[in-house]
Amino acid sequence: MYSQGLIGADSRTEETQEFLDAFQARIDAEEKIEPNDPMPEGYRRTLVRQIGQHAHSEIVGMLPEGNWITRAPTLKRKIALIAKVQDEGGHGLYLYSAAETLGVSREQMTEELLSGKAKYSSIFNYPTPTWADIGAIGWLVDGAAIMNQIPLCRCSFGPYARAMIRVCKEESFHQRQGYEIMMQLAHGSKAQKDMAQDALNRWWWPSLMMFGPHDADSEHGDQSMAWKIKRFSNDALRQKFIDATVPQAEFIGLTMPDPDLKWNEDRGSYDHGPIDWDEFWRVVKGGGRMNRDRITARKKAWDDGAWVREAALAHAEKRAARKVAAE
Amino acid sequence: MPEPMTPLWEVFIRPRNGLHHKHVGSLHAADASLAIQSARDVYTRRGEGNSIWVVPSAEIVASDPSSGKEMFDPADDKVYRHPTFYDIPDEVGHM
Repeated sequence: MYSQGLIGADSRTEETQEFLDAFQARIDAEEKIEPNDPMPEGYRRTLVRQIGQHAHSEIVGMLPEGNWITRAPTLKRKIALIAKVQDEGGHGLYLYSAAETLGVSREQMTEELLSGKAKYSSIFNYPTPTWADIGAIGWLVDGAAIMNQIPLCRCSFGPYARAMIRVCKEESFHQRQGYEIMMQLAHGSKAQKDMAQDALNRWWWPSLMMFGPHDADSEHGDQSMAWKIKRFSNDALRQKFIDATVPQAEFIGLTMPDPDLKWNEDRGSYDHGPIDWDEFWRVVKGGGRMNRDRITARKKAWDDGAWVREAALAHAEKRAARKVAAE
Repeated sequence: MPEPMTPLWEVFIRPRNGLHHKHVGSLHAADASLAIQSARDVYTRRGEGNSIWVVPSAEIVASDPSSGKEMFDPADDKVYRHPTFYDIPDEVGHM
């Protein structure tokens, strides 16, 4: 990657129709776009926004699950959860690196997350009051993320596509461990099964919202599809997710909290009830139960870590100076 | 005062003995030893390798992508550099 050379560089491009057509021809030929290639400013901005948001989601996503590490019911569950949360941190780092190749600095992205300027997935603004939430998150939230991320492995921007390949390889364990938690609870005592159903009731609709607004209301959809940043529409991916997960719920005897959910023989898909988009926008705009806690936690982590960053840099400088003196 | 930036490093990993180190990504670290430790945690959580190189990103010199064509086209018309350019009768056997 060429990131360091690009930071702060003027990446404006002469966007004549000829330039845009030539760029589109490369995209249509399935060529990967690399960081120093000429690209329309809109393409760069879209990717910075999307990859940054994706990275922030991984990092903030560590918080709802981290909540249960000290209270995991067995050692097996605890080591799995630690490994999963550690993976999410790693995914955030791969993605920040990919965004940095586009000329935005890590410090700038962190600042935008902490100030509320940059968004992250609204799913993480829901609380995790019970152990079953950890199962539901792995099964549904990571499941929805996988549906979204698999097509991103073929995204036209090389560094993003490569980061997604790594992420997808690791993500499959997350979903399986979550489903296994749900399965065990669903086969347990009445209280355990109720806990699993309660978690499913709370996570189902927010999981469907993870795919974003309906295609007709999606403001960035068409251009992203043309540039092959996105490969499938929000609604197509959401439908795929529903069709995959409904039988999984039935298999363990749980019920999706949607009275309108039914198999449509003609379409070969499930029909579902209306999604509460007012809730979605309320949570995106900061009105979720946990929005404030999440940012407070990230800010505390950043501030509390300041002395470590300073000390590490001071130590590196001192060692470098000593080495120069010795030569 | 804005915080000083922690330098960026490129990470290369050798999956097993006998293979090349391959670029896997980048990370921020204050110095080389911290970069190696972070690279282990970020890029080898599942036995992806047995050796790590880290290189300061600022030290990498790259060819210019905008002159990629002129840079590499001298090789395009030199088919005689490939074995299939030479006709050898089948009777000679594998060569």
